[in-house]
Amino acid sequence: MKYPFPVGRSDFIQGDEAIARAAILAGCRFYAGYPITPASEIFEAMALYMPLVDGVSIQMEDEIGSIATIIGASWAGAKAMTATSGPGFSLMQENLGYAVMTETPIVVVDVQRGGPSTGQPTLGAQGDVMQSIWGTHGDHSLIVLTPATVQEAFDMTIKAFNLAEKYRTPVVLLTDAEIAHMRERVYTPNPEDIEIIYRKLPANKEEARYPFGDIHGDMIPPMPVFGKGYRTYVTGLTHDEKGRPKTVDAEVHERLIRRIIDKLEKNKEDIVTYETFDLEDAEIAIISYGIVARSAIRAVRLLRREGIKAGLLKLNTIWPFDFDMIGNIAEQVRKIYVPEMNLGQLYHLVREGADGKAEVELIPKIGGEIHTPMDIIERIKRGV
Amino acid sequence: MYLKSAYEIRNKYLRKDMLPTIFCPGCGIGSALQYTLRAIDDLKLNPDEIVWVSGIGCSSRVPGFVNFDGLHTTHGRALAFATGIKLANPDLKIIAFMGDGDAAAIGGNHFIHAIRRNLDVTVILINNFTYGMTGGQVAPTALKGLKGTTAPYGQFENPFDIAQLAVAAGANYVARWSVFNYLQGINSIKKALQKEGFSLVEFLSPCPVSFGRRNRMKTAPELLRWYQKITVPLAKAKKMPPEELEGKIVIGEFADRDRPGLAREYEEYKKRAKKMMGWEG
Repeated sequence: MKYPFPVGRSDFIQGDEAIARAAILAGCRFYAGYPITPASEIFEAMALYMPLVDGVSIQMEDEIGSIATIIGASWAGAKAMTATSGPGFSLMQENLGYAVMTETPIVVVDVQRGGPSTGQPTLGAQGDVMQSIWGTHGDHSLIVLTPATVQEAFDMTIKAFNLAEKYRTPVVLLTDAEIAHMRERVYTPNPEDIEIIYRKLPANKEEARYPFGDIHGDMIPPMPVFGKGYRTYVTGLTHDEKGRPKTVDAEVHERLIRRIIDKLEKNKEDIVTYETFDLEDAEIAIISYGIVARSAIRAVRLLRREGIKAGLLKLNTIWPFDFDMIGNIAEQVRKIYVPEMNLGQLYHLVREGADGKAEVELIPKIGGEIHTPMDIIERIKRGV
Repeated sequence: MYLKSAYEIRNKYLRKDMLPTIFCPGCGIGSALQYTLRAIDDLKLNPDEIVWVSGIGCSSRVPGFVNFDGLHTTHGRALAFATGIKLANPDLKIIAFMGDGDAAAIGGNHFIHAIRRNLDVTVILINNFTYGMTGGQVAPTALKGLKGTTAPYGQFENPFDIAQLAVAAGANYVARWSVFNYLQGINSIKKALQKEGFSLVEFLSPCPVSFGRRNRMKTAPELLRWYQKITVPLAKAKKMPPEELEGKIVIGEFADRDRPGLAREYEEYKKRAKKMMGWEG
């Protein structure tokens, strides 16, 4: 297989470009999108590459259509992706819920910009944290990944596809304008060195009769592909193991929704990843994710130089959320700081995890600028 | 040619464990479904190569009742989902069952753009002037003066002519009948299913329970008689002055052309891309 971009070496590219290349290496062969700043470069790269790798790239009439199209493509057997920013992500929430309910593997990239509404189209923000987790209606779960560098945007795009396929779920890659438009050195591995996961298919017609049944005891039903003679019926209505609508049966509804949530909750160990910096003996913890984590690392180093025992927990996955891990950190440290490019979103999850065992303080910043290390340091020093 | 009994068609194509259907007495959706299944049967199409898609509404429940692959999606979005299925696997034939509210109101944008792209899909559109499932609200097809729960004093807006909309947007095949015109209906669906690109067969379809009883037509026969009164065959309509066509609905075949469908256009586009890039993949 030949790729229309360099592999097996480093390249100096934008975050958006890195996401597009990684998607193709992960096996994505279907992209549907709608132009929006600051995510358009993902689409433009896909438009350039997809026809060359026998994939599809199509511009839809809106973001509702974009996500609908990739869900359709996924049921026809393709690994599929769309990318957007806040306003488009809001439009996608309806069908993001459809993907959750029908357990359709798709990857949705949300390149955050300042909101609400049209807001600050060219400036980064972290205002979509709650929307990415809770934007669609009803009880549900899905996976949200948060890269902090262009290399991570690349690596996590591959991971997003693998998790989507493994757990039959939509995965949101939650990044922002800063990472999307920043150029950094990115190492692209040789394709044969990349671990690629493909969804579990029914082994036979009998297995295909239960496209929503936990027939393997792992909570993940094998996913039939349309056109193979399985005669699969897929609906957004509450459905039983065979996919038949059961809209007023409380037991069927609870069994379905609990399994959809549990298949992620009970596999947190596999899904949730994070990194720590100087956290082992820390008295002050910073919990951060995405672009702000980079300032937080620098802040920790500078604080340590001054003898303040600070440490960092950098989250790569913000949903499912490891509340217990936050609780453990809260037991160890005196205070937790949460710097975010919003007025407090992940902060609320951290507070729930800390459960009063440590004080949690938000370091908010909005308007389009990233926290400088000094923004974080000054705030922490005030409390020391 | 149409010697098979309805039972035979039912037994061959419907999911028995999904019966009975949700449709009310006198509903026309079952008729349109029967015409579609007869067309498939006559053409000897392979059910394994057909995917049914739909959005939300009474007619959108059809993919659940037929024993084919089916995707019952969100309100108005069926054709966007269909775009993904078709382009990801161009060997599949796609039938979309849609209602008038689903296609022309909430799904209007997807509808016109699917037609503009000439997406390879056959749309069977149930036009009953109403939102039946939610209890009889007016649809964007409702003629002026017709009553619904959200226009209890009679519709004051202008209606959409869905067939003409499809013709203008570039559909390869467009026909409109009432479910009363069963032979024309079946023949049109057969033509539609054999077309590359976008094909639409619209059916005026009785909804006595949610629509008829609010408009002094409590039974299906009354509605069918009303269709006879308000419909004008295309040939006749062409000779009529516009004033006389006011409040009438023209039935017949409105478009029959052979522009390349989206799937084939995309295959050509891929070839062009590879040629322009000197790519041998």
